[in-house]
Amino acid sequence: MDSKQIFETSQMLSTENLDIRTITMGISLFDCIDSDSDRACQKIYDKITTKAKDLVKVGKEIETEYGIPIANKRITVTPIAFIAAASKDQDYVKYAKTLDRAAQEQGIDFIGGYSALVNKGDQQSSRNLIDSLPEALSETKYVCASVNVGSTKSGINMDAVKRIGEVVVEASKLDYMTNAKLVTFCNAVEDNPFMAGGFHGVSEPDVVINTGVSGPGVVKAALEKVKGESMDVVAETIKKTAFKITRMGQLVGTVAADRLGVPFGIVDLSLAPTVAAGDSVAEVLEEIGVGQVGAHGTTAALAMLNDAVKKGGIMACSHVGGLSGAFIPVSEDANMIDAAENGTLTISKLEAMTAVCSVGLDMIAIPGATPATTISGMIADEAAIGMINNKTTAVRVIPVPGKDVGEEVDFGGLLGHAPIMPVNEASSADLINRGGLIPAPVHSFKN
Amino acid sequence: MRAILTAVGKDKVGIVAQISQTLADEEINILDVSQTLMADNFVMTMMVKVPDNKDLSKLNDKLTALGQKMDVEINLRNEELYSAMHDL
Repeated sequence: MDSKQIFETSQMLSTENLDIRTITMGISLFDCIDSDSDRACQKIYDKITTKAKDLVKVGKEIETEYGIPIANKRITVTPIAFIAAASKDQDYVKYAKTLDRAAQEQGIDFIGGYSALVNKGDQQSSRNLIDSLPEALSETKYVCASVNVGSTKSGINMDAVKRIGEVVVEASKLDYMTNAKLVTFCNAVEDNPFMAGGFHGVSEPDVVINTGVSGPGVVKAALEKVKGESMDVVAETIKKTAFKITRMGQLVGTVAADRLGVPFGIVDLSLAPTVAAGDSVAEVLEEIGVGQVGAHGTTAALAMLNDAVKKGGIMACSHVGGLSGAFIPVSEDANMIDAAENGTLTISKLEAMTAVCSVGLDMIAIPGATPATTISGMIADEAAIGMINNKTTAVRVIPVPGKDVGEEVDFGGLLGHAPIMPVNEASSADLINRGGLIPAPVHSFKN
Repeated sequence: MRAILTAVGKDKVGIVAQISQTLADEEINILDVSQTLMADNFVMTMMVKVPDNKDLSKLNDKLTALGQKMDVEINLRNEELYSAMHDL
């Protein structure tokens, strides 16, 4: 093999922060349904700890053998609102605690699927789950939750949008970090290996391995070599880089699935930043040419980046899935934090950016006094962008009680830190209080 | 498994010799060697055959320690990684 290619790969791993962000085992819990919730929880615990018993071990083996860091080992499960529906329980916190215990036992980083899909309407079980979110998330460590409130096919459930705004505020009062583990989606995907929004969809196999790749640092390093070249060259460079990164994800996923004896599902072709220096999506946008992320032109650069990553990645793996695009979580991206701190990056600009990338308003700290209806308004706007553009969108905003614009909050570890960003203070209350269902858009009727 | 060992850093006397000695001590056969300068770095790549029962974690620790002593970065990775990323 060519020494230059070997050196290039070696540099990507050694100095450009290339890693596999996650190998995620999806586990169906349909065979754990029981009208007795204690029995259901026992079956859930037993199934997760059996199926995923070697997940961390295999992940570590691959890290050692291939010299590729695997940042997280995760599990997703069938949305718990489906699994708990057969029980008469009103309070589902015990299900969350069961997931937490199983995750801790396995030594994994996160478990996702404390979820409900209510895009067209809800049932008692989804109401129970949504009501339990503040307590379930504040009393567990590893559990991640999500609620799908809209889709292109069904419209937007505005009753759910209203309720989630209230839940976010309630949860922030227990512990503001709970909202770092809660994502509200439109067009949620069923094979997402990333957190906090990952769950194991109802049409997925019993058990499956999905991988999520990362690599903004590698894209940035590649673009440094084409300074001043045209956008055509930039797009081509990103495509080639994404291809290589994705091939690594495909290799790791295939090897992991083989060693765990389960099918390999998909590679999620995402550029996921961390707060580490040189691991920033914003830095890639700045390398493309915006003075600081948030400047005019940012949306165009991001659209091209997102598209080129997909084009490069699609040919590199057997099945593409998940969210597949560039992530823009403010607190997890050093250059986004800088831009938010000096006011170049605003929530309005972030909203525009979410129309062209995955996923949405993500890891944004907002004043603790933000009204629930304003948070619901943000969710409704994001859901509308997703619904109309036939893409996934999401909201993960974090009201921080007692803090206001100009202050900062530290989330710790991979979640980073963030300035409290200003929100529009005009009221959304009358809109949100209408409730009901925003009808599906005309272009959803394709049959 | 077939693996590729890379050593990247400043050129100095004895890099190849010391790495080869360590590999010999570990009963690892060297199949091919090349070295070049790239972006002001000394880059040596070795294709090696690692016995199947080898404790890779301990081996990596030993190579990392050797690299630190010589001020070069040494990595040993399964060859499949490189072919996956660069071969169609």
